[in-house]
Amino acid sequence: MSGGTFLGMPAFPEAAAAAVRDTRLRGNLRHATGTIRAKRARAVAELPDWAGLRAAGAAIKDRTLRHLDHYLERLEEAVTAAGGTVHWAADAAEANRIVTQLVRATGESEVVKVKSMATQEIGLNQALEAAGIRAYETDLAELIVQLGDDLPSHILVPAIHRNRGEIRDIFRSEMGRWGRPAPEDLSEEPAELAEAARLHLREKFLRAKVGISGANFMVAETGTLVVVESEGNGRMCLTLPETLISVVGIEKVVPTWRDLEVFLQLLPRSSTAERMNPYTSMWTGAADAEGADGPRDFHLVLLDNGRTDALADTVGRQALRCIRCSACLNVCPVYERAGGHAYGSAYPGPIGAILTPQLRGTVTELDASLPYASSLCGACYEVCPVAIDIPQVLVHLRERVVEGGEATVRGRRTTIRPARGHAAERAAMRAARWVFEHPAALRAGQRLASRTRRLHPRRLPGPGRAWTASRELPEVPAESFRDWWLRERGNGSGGRKGREDQTDQTGQAEQTERAGRAEGGGDR
Amino acid sequence: MRVALFVTCVTDTLYPGTGRATLAVLERLGVEVDFPLAQSCCGQPQFNTGYRRETEPLVRRFAEVFRGYDHIVTPSGSCAAMVRENHPRIAARAFGGRRADEVAGAASRTYELSEFLVDVLGVTDVGAYYPHTVTYHPTCHGLRTLGLGDRPRRLLENVRGLELVELPGARECCGFGGTFAVKNAAVSAAMGADKARGIEGTGAEAVCAVDNSCLMHIGGTLARRGSAVRPVHLAEILASTDGGTATDGTAGGTAGGTREAAR
Repeated sequence: MSGGTFLGMPAFPEAAAAAVRDTRLRGNLRHATGTIRAKRARAVAELPDWAGLRAAGAAIKDRTLRHLDHYLERLEEAVTAAGGTVHWAADAAEANRIVTQLVRATGESEVVKVKSMATQEIGLNQALEAAGIRAYETDLAELIVQLGDDLPSHILVPAIHRNRGEIRDIFRSEMGRWGRPAPEDLSEEPAELAEAARLHLREKFLRAKVGISGANFMVAETGTLVVVESEGNGRMCLTLPETLISVVGIEKVVPTWRDLEVFLQLLPRSSTAERMNPYTSMWTGAADAEGADGPRDFHLVLLDNGRTDALADTVGRQALRCIRCSACLNVCPVYERAGGHAYGSAYPGPIGAILTPQLRGTVTELDASLPYASSLCGACYEVCPVAIDIPQVLVHLRERVVEGGEATVRGRRTTIRPARGHAAERAAMRAARWVFEHPAALRAGQRLASRTRRLHPRRLPGPGRAWTASRELPEVPAESFRDWWLRERGNGSGGRKGREDQTDQTGQAEQTERAGRAEGGGDR
Repeated sequence: MRVALFVTCVTDTLYPGTGRATLAVLERLGVEVDFPLAQSCCGQPQFNTGYRRETEPLVRRFAEVFRGYDHIVTPSGSCAAMVRENHPRIAARAFGGRRADEVAGAASRTYELSEFLVDVLGVTDVGAYYPHTVTYHPTCHGLRTLGLGDRPRRLLENVRGLELVELPGARECCGFGGTFAVKNAAVSAAMGADKARGIEGTGAEAVCAVDNSCLMHIGGTLARRGSAVRPVHLAEILASTDGGTATDGTAGGTAGGTREAAR
């Protein structure tokens, strides 16, 4: 009952094709992303210094990442000094083991959770369930996903693929199995749905002895953690339980409180289109004295899980700037049609397409297909509040998929082999490059295509079918531009570079020049 | 002022009318244009699919072919973006030194057509006549990488007889994306269909853009839907005059009719 798993999902193109055929899903996504897109644009336009804030956000993250070891050690010292305990987890399995042991030590078999991407990433709920511990999600959308035995499909709005009617049905049929049932006559009015969730969750908050969270930011200078949320469920989970365990990616550290000034402006406007975030909870270590507010026992699990590998990649490391606002998802035309599940990880959309292959590698067919899940339109880069050049990283990762090469895997420099299934494409790209290096051959090919143009089929076989399934082919003209130029302007006005093969780039200038002259002479 | 036309492999092979139109517009404005025959492809299809090393000889070729020209003009936003944004990066990594400097120099002298007309020549009225209703789709790399802004629109607004109608959701990608169109054909087709519906809804006779590759996808989608709307490159509209189109001597005028007029 702890929700599905992304394991064993097909490659992106197949999953996306299925999503495209799901008209209800497309309707839900179009409506939801369209609305938030417009609101974000208005919220951002209100700030005259947005470009400066964005540059500052990127610079702070870059500087912190450059000295990440230093800031993490400062953070550890500060958290420890404030009565917390810091644990280091190299990967998902280690993080899950640490958290499971910590919960077991309390003697509890239930925990309440604040919405957290890091715990989604490591599959914590499933690990806890295997250990006989039930984790209750308390964020409204996470609750919908959990009750529906479903997977999140959006970073900020995990149930974005569901509409009100579906949510009402899930509440009515499933809530009773997890705790307080939904009213029999529950309608699909948002206020009624929220009230049913509130009453259901209140019981969990009051009973829970252990809370589990992530964090949006960790301030190194004081050891303070920050959770940014909208519903107040996070505040409940962070203050009511006796034990709090926070699982946080190591890239979430910022040096000082001053740095938060930038991110607490960038994040709400980019994610929920709000000027200020509704519930911003901050805590430092554990409550020491009797009667003091907050958990007596605080554990911070610092999660690597592929992050230092990404950090070693000079192009890919910018993905670690991400503050999980999800603006890139909301603006992405591919996400809008493919839905979040097709990305096969906790991180869907453009950011997922560059983060997942760095955290998990490009070994599986799914992970190797993610860098191609984009038309490279650049809308994601345009809205990213920390200026992650997502198209640049996508192309960089495509190179890793098709050409292999050097990368850091689990801390070691490794030579990655090209992914399977690209041999024909690689051969075609090499052939194309050869033709483009020999414009006379290009022209010969153009002429052949022109002469045979009446014979071209309207529908192509093989890989070409993917084009002609939805589009007509362009008609090949009777004459290429090159041939027209040679015919009309070829005598003299071709300029000083009138011959096609006249470059010295092959190192055989003379030879190619002769070939070019012979070729050119034959034309005239 | 030495000006070279970089016609691009797609326009050279499939849409020569756009190349002739580009030439016609520039020559009408008194620019002497050269067409170095050793040019081929900017390497964008290879680069964007992950074959960076296959693009290295093409990057070098581009800089050598266009050495000595003050301005390199191309009727493609995405090819101009490839040259300006990626050629210097590729060259810095592959060659370094003087060759990388030469590549960076060629990149900085490369202009998409509307940029060249508006920024270098300072012209927004090119004396064109095109009596049709047209909607404009800003293609992604022109819009976001080059930052073309309203340059193409300003040129269109000054075309006599042309009625420009707004395209809803204009800034959204048409779904072409190079090899994306076949690697993720279902999503690409869905994006294309939405774009085509938006175009049809405007009531325009033609959809104009600055990239023939995107227009090939949009036009192919429109044609498959049985739509009457024709794709037309900005250069072909700007080349059209009272006397027809200067591109091929045929009596132009029908929207998109100049695209594939035989010689």
